[in-house]
Order: sequence, then structure tokens, then C-alpha cells
Amino acid sequence: MIIAQTVIPDFGGGENSCVRQNKSFCWNWVQDNWSSVLWPALRQHVELTAIAIVIGFAIAFGLALLAHRHRRLETPLTVSTGILYTIPSLALFQILVGFSFLGLNRLTVEIALVSYTLLILFRNTLAGLRGVPAEVREAAEGMGLTRRQVLTRVELPLALPAIVAGLRIATVTIISLATVAAFIDDEGLGSPIFRAIQSNVFKTELFAAGGLAVALALLADALLVLTQRLVTPWARRQRA
Amino acid sequence: MKPVLDGFPWIVHNLSLVFDKIGVHLLIACMALVVAIVIATPIGVWLGHIHRGSFAAINISNVGRALPSLAVIAILIGVVGLGRNTLILALVVLAAPVILTNAYVAVDSVDRDVVDAARGMGLRERDVLLGVELPLALPLLFAGIRTAAVYVVATVPLGALTGTDGGLGDIIANQASYRLEGVVGAAICVAILALLIDGLFAALQRAATPRGLRGHIDFAAVQTAAAGNPQEEGTP
Repeated sequence: MIIAQTVIPDFGGGENSCVRQNKSFCWNWVQDNWSSVLWPALRQHVELTAIAIVIGFAIAFGLALLAHRHRRLETPLTVSTGILYTIPSLALFQILVGFSFLGLNRLTVEIALVSYTLLILFRNTLAGLRGVPAEVREAAEGMGLTRRQVLTRVELPLALPAIVAGLRIATVTIISLATVAAFIDDEGLGSPIFRAIQSNVFKTELFAAGGLAVALALLADALLVLTQRLVTPWARRQRA
Repeated sequence: MKPVLDGFPWIVHNLSLVFDKIGVHLLIACMALVVAIVIATPIGVWLGHIHRGSFAAINISNVGRALPSLAVIAILIGVVGLGRNTLILALVVLAAPVILTNAYVAVDSVDRDVVDAARGMGLRERDVLLGVELPLALPLLFAGIRTAAVYVVATVPLGALTGTDGGLGDIIANQASYRLEGVVGAAICVAILALLIDGLFAALQRAATPRGLRGHIDFAAVQTAAAGNPQEEGTP
């Protein structure tokens, strides 16, 4: 009896024999814990991602417009956002925790997540703006459009595919990093993953939370591809 | 601010520990990278050579890029159990797609006229691939390996969060033993390591490029070609 107890760890399943034996996947655990564990984690994950993308895009878009107008800003901005992007996520989270005014909270997580979106969104927006053919720009200027009108009516619409492509990469990247963020701020889909590992590798929770994270990333990727097609109908016609 | 500054003296005072962990870190990263290269490169190069499977080859990297690293590790732990090999397996799963896609695009996009000329000169199929297509494809192929290398080095620390060796991640994840300055110090080391690896592979990429091509290639832009996007990844 004593041997059996030490060999079979307690996964807190109570009467649930599937959970107690840690079988590969227990549907009833998922059903029981959907509304208390998995759904809140998923919702937090979407929130974390959405906040990071919105703020990151606002900053990167502004920087790209700035670099578009003043060419000499491009290199310093690319290099500095590039360095931020290359710092491994876990390291950046912990370095930020080291600043005493930040703590183990959502603000710290969001600062790190936003900093990861910058390079992707900045480079893509700028590449989109730069990719506008000079003839098109000259034609617009020749028609008497002001600098502002050239930007909003000609350059930005033509840059849209590149901008959405950037949003797509940034979104899946942030969904991935937000899982790691649970290490310093206990929310999002990383939170059930870490708990499952700590409680003797509880498989059902690992598969459920890991699977949800993968599904969320693939779904977001697919939705953004769809958006990309919807906002640029001309690209499809060209290809056909 | 103070704990951040304390990270630097901590590194200096704990050099032997830091180098120890860097050793494990690089060992794990190397094993994963080598396996990923050995699996992904031949498939990508071959598909590119026969110009088939573009849909699969391109989308494999889009899906691969979307996979959250921690989720992949978690699912593999559920399947294989805890351990260093699980981490390496996860790293291979995460690194192989970008290598495969870059290898495919690299070979597939070699100028067809050049390949036709080589065939016309009577080169055998094998020589066309090894003597013409591969050298011309090397810069882009290396771009994929470079992206994968930085990604792997940056992801190894997650091993420490998932119950196995994580190289420098062991220190980052263990604030109880190393205190905040140790954690920050190790985090700084990982960041520097990733930047160094990126630089090292950029140099390798340059060295691998046939001399005649060097002047014509914008190395910053090479990576972008891979996904057909104006910009294509790197870390975190």
C-alpha cells in the first residue's frame, strides 16, 4: 500500500481515476476545468497579445513614418529595435524585473512584448512605404497632391500588404512569447503549462494548454492571412 | 535600476559558473542545430532542385514560425517525458522549418538560365546540383541556418523552466539561489550570447558565399526573401 502511494503521485484528481493515474488525456478534466482554468488563461493570453500588438503598432508606425521622412533615422532605428529583438525573451523579462520600479506584473510583461513587436512592424511598414514605385509617387505629386495626401492616399494603401504581413509575424511571435511571460506574471496559457510541469508532469493539462496555445497561434495566423487578402484584392487579381 | 547594474559585477565574480553554463548552453544548442540541419537541409535542397512542393515547403515555415516554443516543449514533455532529449527534440521541431524553407527557396530561386547553361555544357544532374545550384544557393541557405541558430540559443533557457538543463537558463530561473543580480547577470549573458551567435553566423554566411557573388549581395536583405514577406524573423 505504501509502495503504491509513493509510485503513483497525486494529481489532485480526487475521484477521477483518469487524472489520478495521469493517463495521456482526460477529457473529463478538461470539461471540469474549462471554465475555471483554461478559458480564463486563453482570454488573458488574447488580452496580453492584443495590448502588445496595438501599442507596438502605434509606436512602430510612428517610427516608420519618421524614418520615411528623415532617411538618416533609418539605420539607428533598425539597429536599436534589432538589438531589442535579438535579446532572448526569458532574459529580457528578467532584466526588466531588475528595474526596481517594475515588478512581477503585467506592465513588465507588456513592455517586453511591445519591444519585440517593434522591429518587425517598423521594418515592414518602412519597407512597404519604400516599396512604392517612384513613378507612382511622382504622378501623385504631379497631380498636385500635398505631401500628406501622397502619404495617406497613395503610399499607405500601397504599403498595406507589407504592413499586414508584419502584423502577422508580430502576432504569432507575441502569442509564443506570452506563454513564456507566465514565468514572471502568472497569467495566460503559460500558467497552466508551468503548473502542470510542477505537479509531476500532469499530461492532460500540458496537452490542453499547449494545444490551445498552438491552436490560438495557427488561428491568428490564418485570420491575418485572410485579412491580408481582404484588404488587398488587387494582389489576388494580379496573380490570377 | 540598481539590480540591473549589479548584474555586471556578478558576472565577473562568477566567471567559472557562467562559463560552465555557457558550455552546457552551447552544447544543447549545437546538438539541436546539427540535427535540424541534417534533417531539413537535404529535404529543402532536393525539393528546390526538382522545383516541387513549393506550397508545402513555404507553408511549413509559416506554421513552424507560428508554433509557440513553450507550447511545443510542453506537448513533447507530455509525449516523451521530462529530460534533456525532450528539450533538444523540441528545439529541432522549432528550428527545422525555417532551415527547410530557406534551403528550398535558395535552390528553387537559382537562375534557371544558369542551370540550363550548366546542363547544356553536359554536366551531370549531380554536378548541376552540387557544382552550380548549391554554391549559388549558399547565402540564402545560410540565412536560414543563422535564423535557426539564434532562435535555438534563445530558446535553450526555457529548458530550465521545464524541468531540465537550460544552460544559462538554470541561473535565470533560479532566483532563490542566485538572487536578482545573478538572474540579471545570466540574462545579460544570454542576450550577449544571442547577439554573438548572430554575428558569428553572419560572418559564416559571408564566408560561405562564392567570392564572385559577394559584391552583389545585400546580406541584410537576403533573409527577407525566404517567406515572400518584406521582413523575416530572427529570435526571440
